[in-house]
Amino acid sequence: MARLNVNPTRMELRRLKTRLKTAVRGHKLLKDKSDETIRQFMIYVKENKRLRAEVEGEVSQALRSFMLAAAVTTSQVMEEAVAMPGYSVELETSEKNVMSVIVPQISVKEGDQKDLYPYSFAGVSAELDGSIANLSEVLVKLIRLAEVEKTCNMLADEIEKNRRRVNALEYVMIPQLEETIKYITMKLDENERSNTIRLMKVKSMIENRD
Amino acid sequence: MRNDKIAVIGDKDSILAFKAVGADVYPIKNTFDAADTLKKLARSYAVIFITEEIAEEIEDVVNRYKARPYPAVIPIPGAKGTDGFGMKGISKNVEKALGTDILK
Repeated sequence: MARLNVNPTRMELRRLKTRLKTAVRGHKLLKDKSDETIRQFMIYVKENKRLRAEVEGEVSQALRSFMLAAAVTTSQVMEEAVAMPGYSVELETSEKNVMSVIVPQISVKEGDQKDLYPYSFAGVSAELDGSIANLSEVLVKLIRLAEVEKTCNMLADEIEKNRRRVNALEYVMIPQLEETIKYITMKLDENERSNTIRLMKVKSMIENRD
Repeated sequence: MRNDKIAVIGDKDSILAFKAVGADVYPIKNTFDAADTLKKLARSYAVIFITEEIAEEIEDVVNRYKARPYPAVIPIPGAKGTDGFGMKGISKNVEKALGTDILK
């Protein structure tokens, strides 16, 4: 590992020692942060996986029965049936802080709901009722999935970034600083020794003169 | 600005059902349309569901929204059922964070 290009002076040494201390402390903190973020991430990702499996099954089911319902009528009738939904979904969105990552928090605020089935029962098949009932049930779960999946995405991003920082400190910054400090210490010691030797030499020369 | 509603992007057959439960649906015809629609909707919606088939085709556009809290762009199965794209996304996240997929 290359050492930094600095002058081997006492002042530089002192400066580098402070930097090393900061780097070591920062490394420890970031490592702790990384551990905790990963723990949180695992919790979210497990929930994400469970939710997705559930939601995927239910949505596919609902859509399949919707397709079946659509198959027995014309597409105009179908479009007409759902054209004016009597049901509106409002979301309540805010933000939450998970390990200093700003993640979304979404909840369903159900608006004024008149009737889940905005069409005349005479016109369409019964499959449509089931499909829409299922879908409106799964919608809450879908929103939760959106929230959790987004959180996972963002945490994964943050973990990756954090790991780069930890590695940069651990494998580049800290070794570099340590090596430079060692180099300066050696150089200063060497100067000290050569100074002592010079004094001894001078002393012996003076003694030998007479 | 965000309008706190749900948007659904996909082929018409898959997403018409979502209209009945109060989401705004945006049927699209081709991939090119999809990327454009998504970019436009991203500015105003908090949650955008997009069918897996289309999400897979415009993955690069979808990935662009991953780093921000809003909008949440989430793949959902279409009328044909799931093709595993959503689950792959989770595995990818785990791999990105931990280096290997330990949940397999």
